[in-house]
Amino acid sequence: MTLTVFVPRDSTALALGADAVAAALQAEARRRGVPIRLVRNGSRGLFWLEPLVEIASPAGRIAFGPVTPEDIPGLIETRFSSAHPRCLGATEEIPYLKRQQRLTFARVGITDPLSLADYLAHDGYRGLTRALELDPAAIVGEVADAGLRGRGGAAFPTGVKWRTVLATSAEQKYVVCNADEGDSGTFSDRMVMEDDPFMLIEGMSIAGLAVGATRGFIYVRSEYPHAIAALDQAIGIATDNGYLGDDILDSGKSFRIEVRKAAGAYVCGEETALLESLEGRRGIVRAKPPLPAVSGLFGRPTVINNVISLATVPIILARGANFYRDYGVGRSRGTLPFQLAGNVLRGGLVERAFGLTLRELVHDFGGGTRSGRPIRAVQVGGPLGAYLPESQFDTILDYEALANRGAVLGHGGVVLFDDGVDMARQARYAMEFCAIESCGKCTPCRIGSTRGVELIDRIISGDSPRIGQQIALLRDLCATMTHGSLCAMGGMTPYPVLSALDHFPEDFGLAESASKLPTRAA
Amino acid sequence: MSAKLAAVEHIKAIIEQWRTAPGALLPILHGIQDQLGHVPAAAVPLIAAALKLSRAEVHGVISFYHHFRQQPPGRHVVRICRAEACQAVGAEALAAHAQVALGCDFHHTGEDGEYRLEPVYCLGQCARGPAVMIDDEPHALVTPARFDALTAATRGGK
Repeated sequence: MTLTVFVPRDSTALALGADAVAAALQAEARRRGVPIRLVRNGSRGLFWLEPLVEIASPAGRIAFGPVTPEDIPGLIETRFSSAHPRCLGATEEIPYLKRQQRLTFARVGITDPLSLADYLAHDGYRGLTRALELDPAAIVGEVADAGLRGRGGAAFPTGVKWRTVLATSAEQKYVVCNADEGDSGTFSDRMVMEDDPFMLIEGMSIAGLAVGATRGFIYVRSEYPHAIAALDQAIGIATDNGYLGDDILDSGKSFRIEVRKAAGAYVCGEETALLESLEGRRGIVRAKPPLPAVSGLFGRPTVINNVISLATVPIILARGANFYRDYGVGRSRGTLPFQLAGNVLRGGLVERAFGLTLRELVHDFGGGTRSGRPIRAVQVGGPLGAYLPESQFDTILDYEALANRGAVLGHGGVVLFDDGVDMARQARYAMEFCAIESCGKCTPCRIGSTRGVELIDRIISGDSPRIGQQIALLRDLCATMTHGSLCAMGGMTPYPVLSALDHFPEDFGLAESASKLPTRAA
Repeated sequence: MSAKLAAVEHIKAIIEQWRTAPGALLPILHGIQDQLGHVPAAAVPLIAAALKLSRAEVHGVISFYHHFRQQPPGRHVVRICRAEACQAVGAEALAAHAQVALGCDFHHTGEDGEYRLEPVYCLGQCARGPAVMIDDEPHALVTPARFDALTAATRGGK
């Protein structure tokens, strides 16, 4: 009997040797005359177990990992016996996966990302099919009623954005997908693009129907070559099968998508800088208004949304607004794919409804640090997010609760640091990163970031006789950047800087803060 | 045909392929760099004329984006992630090691012309850092020893 074996093609799996595992598997199976069917699926997002190899069994999929090419002869010899030391049991029963609520990532890791048949067999294109039966206002209504907010980080209600584009008349409108996922500690956009690209294509197609746009662009980071390749192939397949083009599923509606490669500027994740870049210019932030929804790409009304926002639209349309809205807490409805990264034992993707605590995420899912040392700080929400100490780990993960702590949820990245971290150096890095990546349009960001690096250098060196004055100056500079910057690049760089200073003052040569629990190892 | 002339022909073909597309400048620059390894100065006036831009505008775009190079790289490009998630697991030590091992600073090419060393701020491999990309291939859990093994394996090949 032919054995079906799954070896992921996700780039983190590849970075851990999945191609060598797949090659060894085929060579060994051929050598022994064991018939196998190799499927290159997406990743389940349990990255500490990658390469995670699965086999299909009558009782469901069985997981083995992390698998090396050296394990392959033994695995084939025993026909992937559950007694093999690499066997993890039924994939769906692995607690890390079982405790998740996968809505957007329902298919990710299960299917072959480039198999349209797989996609359709796992509820794919049900959202588009329903959208084709609705009028545009009804589609927008579904997205608005679901309570979906922008998953890129700004958390602006997606339905409100779409309603504005729908209400603005123009000969040409656009849907732009912001896939410039530059936040350190995040990879959920990358996973969607590599591991379930049809979902993003479907979401953009629905957005096009909703607002009357016929053209879409996906602006993808140049650091993601595998995502770009997967999207290009998936767009080709969708077009060949009538899911994209001038007559989508014989509806008479038209929608086309083009992938555009970014060029390594972090600020182009800011929506107006992204639009400038797509138009062929330097990625310089635009002043708002006008909003992109009114005057966006090439001056036309434009829906610009993050990958996860758009990828969540198909399930909202397929299952209805109420289904999605029933997940979550307060004004944060639905689920968020959190990403556990940095010095973490079990790094990976955790999709859960809003409302779990940071502690559950970093301890119950993440298992603490990879180094085995105590966690000292967790940065939530990317390079522009705050560093939180253990005393704040009971914070509920929703947009408002984080905001109340002077923090942000951002794109859902959670980066762990052990007690070896020097928080003054992390604060310096935040300013340095802003100096490297500032687009230069506004002064607080362009000049402030460089002055910030110099100030923190003076504080770190400890030879300033008036450290209190330097700290006051740093706070003053941060206030100027927060209130005077044109966009989040300069406006939010103070989050990591001030949170490091407030929660870890001892690293800046000041007395210890009362806010911090004495959990730091000696 | 000399290498320089051949390069100009490539550049002209890439410009021709994109010139009528909306927002053509970045795709053209990517096309040239993918083909030639960098965007040579000779490309600037050709692009400017085709897109009805000034040479200063084209140069401004090339110099704005970290991805575009105006000088040929080594045979391979090594990009080391220096962002927070990788910092948390030793990226700075790896960066220091790489500069010694390759014999060059960041944004430079070693004397043997083999590797150009570039910093990168996130490769999306943050669950299993430190991450490195050699040409277009990502590598995770890169210790200094693994870095040496990876660069030794790539050295000389293409």
